[in-house]
Amino acid sequence: MPENQINILKVTNLSKSFGGIKALDNISFGLEKGEVHALMGENGAGKSTFMKILMGLIQSDSGEVIFEGEKLAKTSVNEMLKKGISMIHQEMLNVPELTAAQNIFLGQETKNNFWLNESKTNNKAKQLFDALELSFKPTLKIKHLSIAEQQMVEIAKAISNDAKVIIMDEPTSALSEIEVATLFKIINKLKSIGVAIIYISHKLEEVFTIADRITVLRDGTHITTQKTEDFNRNNLIMSMVGREIKDLFSENEVFIKSGEPIFSVNNFTKRGKFSDINFEIWPGEVFGFAGLMGAGRTEIARAIFGLDTFDAGEIKINGEKVSKHSPQEAIKNNIVYISEDRKTEGFIPELTVNENISLSSMANISKNGFIQKGKEAEQSNKMVIDLKIKATSHQKLKNLSGGNQQKVLIGKALLTNPKVIILDEPTRGIDVAAKFEIYRLIKELKAKGLAVILLSSELPEIIGLCDRVMVISKGKNTIILPKKEVNQEKIMHYAVS
Amino acid sequence: MRLVNYLREYGIFFAFFLICLVISIFSSQFLTVANWTIIFTQVSINALLAFGVTFVIITGGIDLSLGSMVAVVGVLAAIMAHPGDYPVIVPIVIGLFAGVIMGAFNGFVVTKSKIAPFIVTLGTMTIARGLALIISKGRPISNLSDSFNFIGGGVVLGIPFPIIILIFVFIICVILLNKTVLGRYIYAVGGNELAAIASGVNVNKIKMTVYIISGLLAGLAGILLTARVTTGQPNAGAGFELDAIAAAVIGGTSTKGGIGTIGGTFLGALLIGVINNGLDLMNVTSYYQQVVMGIIIIGAVVLDSWNQRKE
Repeated sequence: MPENQINILKVTNLSKSFGGIKALDNISFGLEKGEVHALMGENGAGKSTFMKILMGLIQSDSGEVIFEGEKLAKTSVNEMLKKGISMIHQEMLNVPELTAAQNIFLGQETKNNFWLNESKTNNKAKQLFDALELSFKPTLKIKHLSIAEQQMVEIAKAISNDAKVIIMDEPTSALSEIEVATLFKIINKLKSIGVAIIYISHKLEEVFTIADRITVLRDGTHITTQKTEDFNRNNLIMSMVGREIKDLFSENEVFIKSGEPIFSVNNFTKRGKFSDINFEIWPGEVFGFAGLMGAGRTEIARAIFGLDTFDAGEIKINGEKVSKHSPQEAIKNNIVYISEDRKTEGFIPELTVNENISLSSMANISKNGFIQKGKEAEQSNKMVIDLKIKATSHQKLKNLSGGNQQKVLIGKALLTNPKVIILDEPTRGIDVAAKFEIYRLIKELKAKGLAVILLSSELPEIIGLCDRVMVISKGKNTIILPKKEVNQEKIMHYAVS
Repeated sequence: MRLVNYLREYGIFFAFFLICLVISIFSSQFLTVANWTIIFTQVSINALLAFGVTFVIITGGIDLSLGSMVAVVGVLAAIMAHPGDYPVIVPIVIGLFAGVIMGAFNGFVVTKSKIAPFIVTLGTMTIARGLALIISKGRPISNLSDSFNFIGGGVVLGIPFPIIILIFVFIICVILLNKTVLGRYIYAVGGNELAAIASGVNVNKIKMTVYIISGLLAGLAGILLTARVTTGQPNAGAGFELDAIAAAVIGGTSTKGGIGTIGGTFLGALLIGVINNGLDLMNVTSYYQQVVMGIIIIGAVVLDSWNQRKE
C-alpha cells in the first residue's frame, strides 16, 4: 500500500491495561516522514502510556507497532534509540556539570584508543549546532544554559543519534515566547530533513501553529485524527473533553474599584532583577503580570511573598507597611503565593491531600502544638469539595494528576484566609478541563473580594482574566494597561520595549 | 494483589515474626519471658538513639555524632554521680543538658552553614569524642552511687528500669511525630524542603529541633549506658550511631527524607536485637552475626526502594 511507504511509523490496534483498567484501547496511529503530528488529550487520556510503549519503556498487551516497515516487538529503550526514536522529556535528563558537547555524545564518546578526544567531540557538536543554527557554544556546561538551550541540546543529541522520529513532551512548558519561536524554527528544520515529530502539548495556539495533523485521545481511545486546518478551537476542545465548554473567558463586566486599595507595592527594587516597581490592587481585582520569560515577573512575586530578599521599597497591606519579610509573615499578613513550579516548590509528595491543604494553616487548626485532627479533616474536606479535587483526602499528593495537585495548592492557600493571592503560572502543564476549572476559580476568588495577582506567559489567560495588566520588561514596569486596552499586540509591544 | 500490598506495607512486621519463628524452632530458650526481658534491655539504648535519629533522617538529615555524644554524657554524668556528692537528679539533668547543647550545636551549624549534615555531624562526632577524653582525662570513671546505677540496672514491678524508660520515650516520640504540628512539619521539611518554606514553615527551627531531640535522646542513652555498666567510659558508644541509623532504615525510614515512623524504627531496633540474641542462642559466633546484620540492612533498603518504585 502506498500509505505504508510514507508512514514511517504505523501503530495498529494497540491496547494496554494496568490492573484491569484499560489505559489504551485499540489505538491506531500513523506518522509520516517529515510531519509534525500533535497528540492531544487530557491528563489520563493515554498519551504517556502510548509514548512509553513507543519508547520501549513498557510493553503493549496487544496490537502492533511497525517502524520503517519492520514490526517491533518487546523492544528496549536502547533498541528504540538505535532504531531512531528519541524523546525530548519534559524534565531534562542531562548532566549539569558536563558541557553540551559532552552531554550530546554521552555514552558514545569519541576516543583515541583509550583517551577521550575532546576537540573532535566539540567539532562534531559544533557541526550539529550549525546545522540547527544554534547560537550558543557547545563547550558551555549544561548548568550554565537556559532551559530552552538545554532543550536544544537534547534535540541535537537526538539528531546525533540519527533520530527519525522525535517525541516532544510539552516542550514549551518552560519557554518564553521568543524561545518558542526559536524552537519552532528548529522543528521546521527537522521537518525539512525528514524527521517526523510527535508533539504533545496542552497549548492550543502552539498546536495550531506548528502541527500538520492532530490526533486526539480520550480515556484511552482514539477519538479523531485530522489535518490541523480541519480543526478549530471549539471542535478540538470538544473532542478532547467530550463535551462543549463555552465561555472560556466569559466577558467580565468592567471592574470598578471602590474604597481603598488593599495592597500596594512602592519603589520595589532588587538590584539586577527588578527596579522601581509600583502598583496598587483593589479587593476583587485580578491584576496581571505580563512579560517575557526572564523579565522579572516571578522574581517580583517571590520577593513580595518573602521567598527572596529585596533591596529597597515597601509593601503595604490594608495601608499598613509589612515590616518583616518571610513566607510565614506574608501568610500572617494574608498574602499567599502559589509557585510556578508545583513539584519543587509546591506540594509535599509523601503527605496526603488533607495534610498538604492544612500545612500553611497549622496555627488555626492546632491547640498547644497538637493538631486537631477533626478540625483538620473538616476544613480540608471542605476544600476538596469546594475545589472539586478529584481525589480522596487520604491520597498522597504524588499520586494525583497535575491539575488536582494544583487545586490542592490553591486549597492550601485559600485555607489561610488570604486577602491577596499570587498565582504564578497556575495552569502550566495541566489539561484543558482543569484549566477551565482554574479560570472559574479565579473568578470566584474575585467575586469573594480577594485581590488576585496573576502571572502567566499564556497571553490569552492574561487577556481573558485580568482587570489590569502590568507589563514588565527587563525588570521594569513599562506600563499598566486597563482592561479595555489589554490585547496581544499592546502587551507584546511593551514587553519587548 | 491486596496481600502483596499488605506485605509490602508491613514487610518489617512479617520479617520480624518470621525470624522469631525460625529462631524459636532452633532454640527452646528463645520464647521465654526471661529472654525477652534481656532482649528489650539490650535493645533499649540503641532504640533510644534510633528514635532520635529517625526524627533527623525524616527531615532529610543525618546524625553521626550519636555515639560520641553518648560518651560525653556518660563521663560527665559519671563525674557527678559519685556516692555522697550530689543528689542523683544532678548527673541526670547535667547529662541531658549536655546532650541538648551538643544537639543544638549540630542544628545550629547545619542550618547556618548549609553544610551537609553528614559532614557537620562527622565533625561533631570527632569533637565530642575528644571532649569525652578530655573530661575523663582518658580514664574510665567508676564508683557511682547506687541510686544512679539503678537507672541502668534497677527493676520496678519486675520490669527492668531501662525498659520502662524505653516505653515511655517511645510513646512520647510517637505522639510527637503523629499528633503535633512539629511532627507534621518534620515530614513536610523532609518531604520537600522548598515547598515547606513556601508554605510558611520555619524550616531552620524544625531542623534545629530535630537535632536537639537527637542530642537529648543521646544524652538519655548515655546516662542509661553509664548506669548499666556502672562506669563512665570515654570510649563508650563507638559505632552506636551506625546501629541506630540501621534500626531506622530497617524500620522503613527513607534516607531521602519525608518517610519513616517511630513504630517502624522500634521494630527495626528489636529486629537487630532479636537476631543478635537468636544467633547467640544458636551459638553462632559474633563474626557471623555482623555479616547477617549487614545483609539485613541492605535487604531492607532494597525492599524499600522496590516499594517506592512499585508505587
